Amino acid sequence: MSNHVNRRFFVAGATTAGALAVTGVPAVAMTTASATSLVDKVVADINKVIASGQSEAQMFSAFENIFSRYADVPTIARYALGVEARSASKSQLNQFSKAFQVYISRKYGRRFREFIGGRIEVGSAKEVKSFFEVKSTAYLQGRSPFEVTFLVSDRSGKDLFFNMFIEGINMLLTERTEIGAQLDKRKGNLDQLIKDLPSLG
Amino acid sequence: MRIFANISRPVSKIGAIGLVGLLAACAQPAPGPSGFHDPNEPRNRKIHDFNRKVDQAVLRPASGAYGSTIPKPVRTGVSNFSSNLGLPSAVLNNLLQADLRGAVHNTTRFFINSTVGLGGLFDPASGAKVYEVEADFGGTLAKWGFAEGAYVELPLAGPSTNRDAVGLLVDLVTDPVGQVLPRGEKYIATTTTVLDAMNSRYTFTDTVDSVLYESADSYAQLRLFYLQNRRFELGEEASADGVDPYSDPYFDPYEDPYE
Repeated sequence: MSNHVNRRFFVAGATTAGALAVTGVPAVAMTTASATSLVDKVVADINKVIASGQSEAQMFSAFENIFSRYADVPTIARYALGVEARSASKSQLNQFSKAFQVYISRKYGRRFREFIGGRIEVGSAKEVKSFFEVKSTAYLQGRSPFEVTFLVSDRSGKDLFFNMFIEGINMLLTERTEIGAQLDKRKGNLDQLIKDLPSLG
Repeated sequence: MRIFANISRPVSKIGAIGLVGLLAACAQPAPGPSGFHDPNEPRNRKIHDFNRKVDQAVLRPASGAYGSTIPKPVRTGVSNFSSNLGLPSAVLNNLLQADLRGAVHNTTRFFINSTVGLGGLFDPASGAKVYEVEADFGGTLAKWGFAEGAYVELPLAGPSTNRDAVGLLVDLVTDPVGQVLPRGEKYIATTTTVLDAMNSRYTFTDTVDSVLYESADSYAQLRLFYLQNRRFELGEEASADGVDPYSDPYFDPYEDPYE
């Protein structure tokens, strides 16, 4: 699997400018510094929200802003949908992505609510294959510090994070498992899931 | 989530007797880096339903009552006390894992909190950035080269693996604090462990509820959480590049997602 992926990216890299023009990947390459600066912004915004003492509803909308600004939501949504994404229509995918954004912001907003009184500090970054891994540490009251890792890519056209690991727990895998189960529960009815998703977070 | 581990470890100390049957299989082949080896899924799911019922009927309401009646500083003190008593066992495992630094760290922490922290009720060590270096016998077995084995959900104790279930039992039997304490004090220690679990259940109630009661498949979510978190703790996780949505078999990575 990883060899296969390697080869694929090698080929992608080797075709350089021509491929870049076709795929719309920007000519300015992402660097460790630019990936770190994205995560710096994400973390600064999260820290601001958890220190703000806002109401739950205000916090959810603040987190939705963070997700829509700094995360590659369409790609995350599509990955979460898994094999179903193949048979979905373009408009279904768009609607799913929008619903997913609300769902994910509420769900992870609630997680971050437990961070109130704590803070996150950005640590080291390194290049992994075609993307960057930026580590950060969460310091919460009454708990040992733990690691939150962001994966950042510019494949969408700009630097955005597309995955997050909280203490090793992979958001993409978690959501693919959950969205798959939610679809099963609705006998594979994607339109019904799109309708329900915003209130599931 | 460490929350689940926090809940499961102490609770298991009460109900560990039923584990013996599950200890055999540490020699099973290791699963792939992202694969879950869960050959007993039907049985595990039954136990999961049982655990959920226990949570709903007992743990959740009891911890709600505990959290809402006992002031936070008292609860924190009880939890500090309980986790301080867990340190000697962690040191033992640090040593078994040849982690001298961890052993020194945890020993320092134990002495700071036992003295300045008034017997462990307070946690001045964390203030001085001397955090616990977590270690248990499941981790020791991993260090010694034993494979993870199958995923198991244990009655009352929750998610585990063959290897961690063995570790749990060994930690229970070999706990240095348990060896030293007279019977009466042992009950106090056990009680604070239970109260600490209830405090975690109360503090993280939103997250625990969202997994146990709002997920469409709480069994699958809990399994994913436990195994990923545990492998991460033990340094056995699949590397970060294990999942690349841009080269996912389910869609063409070169297709523009914004179209």
